[in-house]
Amino acid sequence: MNPLILRTSVRIHLYLLTLFSFYLLIRGHNEPGGGFIAGLLTASAMVLQALAFDARYASSLVPVREQTLIGLGLLLAVGTGVASMLFGRPFLDHVFHHTFLPFLGEVELASAVVFDIGVYLVVVGVAKWTILTVATGRAGQSGPGS
Amino acid sequence: MSSLFASVMLPFILAPWVPALYRKAGRRVGFLVAVVPVSLFVYYLGFLGELGSEPVGFRLPWIPLLGVDLSFALDGFGLLFALLITGIGSLVVIYSTYYLGPREDLGKFYLYILIFMGAMLGVVTADNIVLLYIFWEITSVASFLLIGFWHTREESRWGALKAMMITVLGGFGILTAAVLLYVVGGSFELSALMENREAVLASPLYVPIVLLLLLGAFTKSAQAPFHIWLPGAMAAPTPVSAYLHSATMVKAGIFLVGRMAPLLGGTPLWYYTVSAVGAVTVFLGAFLAIRQTDLKALLAYSTVSQLGLIMPMFAAGTEVAALAGAAHILNHATFKGALFMLVGIIDHETHTRDLRRLGGLYKAMPVTAVLTGIAALSMAGVWPLNGFVSKELIFEAMLHPPFGPDVWTQAFAVLAVLGSAMTTIYCLILAHRINFGKPRYGDAEHPHDPPAGMLLGPVLLVGLVVLLGVYPYIAEGPIFNAAASGHMREEVHGHVHNVPVPGMPLAMSLIALGLGLWGYRHLESVRRAFDQVRPRVHANAVYDGILAGLDRLSRWMVRVHMTGLLRDYIAYILLVVFLGIGLAAAASGAAFDLRLDLAPMTFVEAVVIALIIAGAIAVAAFRHRLAAIVALSIVGLMVSFLYVQLRAPDLALTQLMVESISTVLILLAVRYLPPLPKEQDTARRKAADIALAAGAGALVAFLALMTNANRLFPSISQYFVENSKPLGGGSNIVNVILVDFRGVDTMGEITVLGIAALSVYALVTLRQRTRGRAERPVDDPPVAFDDPRSAARDAREGEMP
Repeated sequence: MNPLILRTSVRIHLYLLTLFSFYLLIRGHNEPGGGFIAGLLTASAMVLQALAFDARYASSLVPVREQTLIGLGLLLAVGTGVASMLFGRPFLDHVFHHTFLPFLGEVELASAVVFDIGVYLVVVGVAKWTILTVATGRAGQSGPGS
Repeated sequence: MSSLFASVMLPFILAPWVPALYRKAGRRVGFLVAVVPVSLFVYYLGFLGELGSEPVGFRLPWIPLLGVDLSFALDGFGLLFALLITGIGSLVVIYSTYYLGPREDLGKFYLYILIFMGAMLGVVTADNIVLLYIFWEITSVASFLLIGFWHTREESRWGALKAMMITVLGGFGILTAAVLLYVVGGSFELSALMENREAVLASPLYVPIVLLLLLGAFTKSAQAPFHIWLPGAMAAPTPVSAYLHSATMVKAGIFLVGRMAPLLGGTPLWYYTVSAVGAVTVFLGAFLAIRQTDLKALLAYSTVSQLGLIMPMFAAGTEVAALAGAAHILNHATFKGALFMLVGIIDHETHTRDLRRLGGLYKAMPVTAVLTGIAALSMAGVWPLNGFVSKELIFEAMLHPPFGPDVWTQAFAVLAVLGSAMTTIYCLILAHRINFGKPRYGDAEHPHDPPAGMLLGPVLLVGLVVLLGVYPYIAEGPIFNAAASGHMREEVHGHVHNVPVPGMPLAMSLIALGLGLWGYRHLESVRRAFDQVRPRVHANAVYDGILAGLDRLSRWMVRVHMTGLLRDYIAYILLVVFLGIGLAAAASGAAFDLRLDLAPMTFVEAVVIALIIAGAIAVAAFRHRLAAIVALSIVGLMVSFLYVQLRAPDLALTQLMVESISTVLILLAVRYLPPLPKEQDTARRKAADIALAAGAGALVAFLALMTNANRLFPSISQYFVENSKPLGGGSNIVNVILVDFRGVDTMGEITVLGIAALSVYALVTLRQRTRGRAERPVDDPPVAFDDPRSAARDAREGEMP
């Protein structure tokens, strides 16, 4: 069986879903979305690829090792927490600031978004790792070059 | 004094870089690492003569809610220890560069050493009991790692474990005592507790506090019957034995007694407990030392014995005792540290530590032999070496007990003299037997004195042994009296003397020396006589018994509840929830006021809920895995739809995502499962399962309705609604709660998520390794969903059995 229609449409979905997940991630602070949802959406984009092609290909679309993703995510999350301590504030105290950028208008810069990006990375890493391990049934290492 | 804080933290900060440094610098890393203890030593030297009973302090709030601050205080007592830790530390670091072979992982070694150094400095400068406890436990961990440094050896692992078990047991004693002290005295800060001394002494908790705290001190300082870990710790590399297990860490118990004495001391309970344990330890340690044939084991038991001699000095509360204790801490560190390093050199040169195979070393390695002789004679208390000076003081202190002489104190003194006599015997073994007589060089043909760098430590320490023996007055004011003042919390102006003064103490010294000399002349018969002693109760057997018992207990517990069946585990969890919450709710006696003023249910909601119920029943009823999975995802989808209906878009989105991904994952995992087995459950088991499930469901429903009907506190939702924008800077309340208000929770959750992924990985890898290729050909091309073979397999496995 060669699911041609599925494969063709899934290629397009990949970009749409990923883009949409970034959108959800960035806007999460003010509207429905956020790191967790966005991470899951990226993961489901990966799952879709795994369904249409195979898990190894799907996880190779995220060209970063899953352990690195998880570690980096946790580091970002903890880092924002520690960073607020460096300014003499309690752990995980967030700051936000409204600023004006050309073309984009008034933009809010919040340290909470950095934390959310950490959450996003962890979720993507966990999803990638789990899908790859469960689908291939072995400790596959994927990453750049594989 | 923030420099004090920095000095404690410095080893911790530098420690993680040592392995990297080792990769760059190679074997010379020891000399680079030595910069740390040397500069800290110089730093602490700067306090000499300035510190007495008045400490310099530093405090940084840490966990103010629990009353735990990073508060440090350095007085003369702590300074003595700090100088030992950094001074002997410097010598040991340099010595071990020569001692450890080229193939040893020096990076790891110095990493542990630095961590130990920082922790030990923390112990002696902490002004907060909880902080002290934390550092205390870090020293135990560092000691564990260092004893187990040669971890491929059975005896190293065994010794490391034993030391850890016993010292950590004592650590719990300290923690418990700290909590009790907080209850009684209202603070963890030592300086604050001192002001509340009356309240502590009058409290009914005084006795348990003292006993628990002393448990910590006795285990750490290897007092009988907890002395058994110290000989086991000799499996460590010799520099570690010299540093941790003779000069510094084992004196932490003594430090604790000395530090807490102004608060808890001054009572007969305190004095007699410590003195009795100390006296028994002096005797037992010396007795066991003579029976040893391994030089390091001999030194270990001798350390046990000497620690028993020092410990009671800090429980007496008299000036002369405090002075004697302070002096003997320094003196013991000098001669015992030197002896350990020298035994290490002998071992290094002759490849044996068995004293039956050693003799006439003076001819082969004269410098080592002379140094060994001087250090050993000092330990025996021979004039004019420093051991004589402090031993005189100790005997004098024992003759002037704080509550007047009685039968007990006389017994302590007799035990001390007998112990000293036996000390003389084994010191003569070290000084005479292995150095003179027929040459026996172990496995070596021509042993010789080691390079100068290796001798540096012993030479300096033995130099101190002689200096402090000939002219102890140099240390009298700035070290001995300062340390005694710090311990007593009032200025002490005692005097040391190295001129033999006729009197009772001198007589005791002479009796000990004479008896010892006689015993050494008849060493073989003494040994034979000692070997006849076979007590019925061995502390080691008790330890082994307890360990084996614990092992059996945990084995039994695992066997009983780890059935390997998922359904059993779920049943346990539900049962605990049901019983725990149900009983608590019933016992609370709250009025069950079920006002069902709930919002009306719309038609759509009713349909959705009906579908959820139907789906849930279907999951349980279907005997076909794929069908059950589909039913399960119906439940999930309907729940997300319900969220949409209740206008919770974030929840709905998340639920939707989780549903789709987990369904795929479950589908993937199903391939690994064996076909569903035939129905085997008895009707009883089935009924029990149904009852449990129904009960748990009813409980949750009941709880939800109850909480809705009885609000004890105003809901926090309003706070979130109001403050989400001004405080969190976002208008999506759910997200602001996740990343800001409850950010720490989220951090914990993503950590758990990462660990879960790690577990999945580990499980799958493990399965692959244990079952090999037989179960499922892993060399298949990565299984795709369109792979006809896997599809066929799915179909096969999905079939009804």
